[in-house]
Amino acid sequence: MKARVHVMLKNGVLDPQGEAVRHALGALGFDGVNGVRQGKVIELDLADGTSEADITSMCEKLLANTVIESYSVEMV
Amino acid sequence: MRAAVVVFPGSNCDRDLAVAFEAAGAQVEMVWHKDSELSQNVDIVGIPGGFSYGDYLRCGAIAAQSPIVASVKAHADRGGYVMGICNGFQVLTETGLLPGALLRNAGLKYICKTVGLRVETSNSAFTEGYNAGDVIDIPIAHHDGNYFADAETVARLQGEDRVAFRYTDNPNGAIADIAGILSENRRVLGMMPHPERAADAGHGGTDGQALFRALAGVLATA
Repeated sequence: MKARVHVMLKNGVLDPQGEAVRHALGALGFDGVNGVRQGKVIELDLADGTSEADITSMCEKLLANTVIESYSVEMV
Repeated sequence: MRAAVVVFPGSNCDRDLAVAFEAAGAQVEMVWHKDSELSQNVDIVGIPGGFSYGDYLRCGAIAAQSPIVASVKAHADRGGYVMGICNGFQVLTETGLLPGALLRNAGLKYICKTVGLRVETSNSAFTEGYNAGDVIDIPIAHHDGNYFADAETVARLQGEDRVAFRYTDNPNGAIADIAGILSENRRVLGMMPHPERAADAGHGGTDGQALFRALAGVLATA
């Protein structure tokens, strides 16, 4: 089984990388891009039967820093 | 004063920190990240700057899970002194020994230069060699030095006089210009600037010396 973890900076936390991308899109002539947030995707290849609680624990302990980041888990 | 300096793969200020401790009169032992125990009589643990584990995932995130860090936490929980500089500060926030987190610099650039720091409190073993309000010159060298904490945490840090240093000219976007903070018991310090790089006349500045001398003074009698 596989899980895909999406990690994003929380709303309200400045994302300077996202801002740089937004500026670059503007420079390319794409108007109307009001905001860009850049996050990361972490794919986990897991033993069958890995519990949801374990995946949550992985996210909370290591994969995301919940002071500044939010995360969501997608089973694939 | 007995000091331990933790060495992670990617640490690069470990020797500088050891030399600064030694110059202040400390006996220093280097401790490898895979060791699981500190010597029992260690007074202060230094977490040096660098790029532990290549900054993979997030700065300091993987180091915070290394075997030695559990002992560093236990040392802090017993009331021991801990000092994290630059990547060491990132490690201390990732372990939860200090609140908040370090984000990418607001200007996106790696910054390496000497900056002005205002000493905000002289009420700690680290800062008692200065007067509150003193402005000192200390180098920074970081890409992820933008200190962030929620409004409630910042208010608590300020209310409890736990902001150790502020930038006089904020280089990285840090909230409330914060460059270094203290733990609740004032025995854990995390700071982005490098006092160990301003601790010898050969460094071009000696404003960091007072920090190590003050520590040595407090810990000599501990």
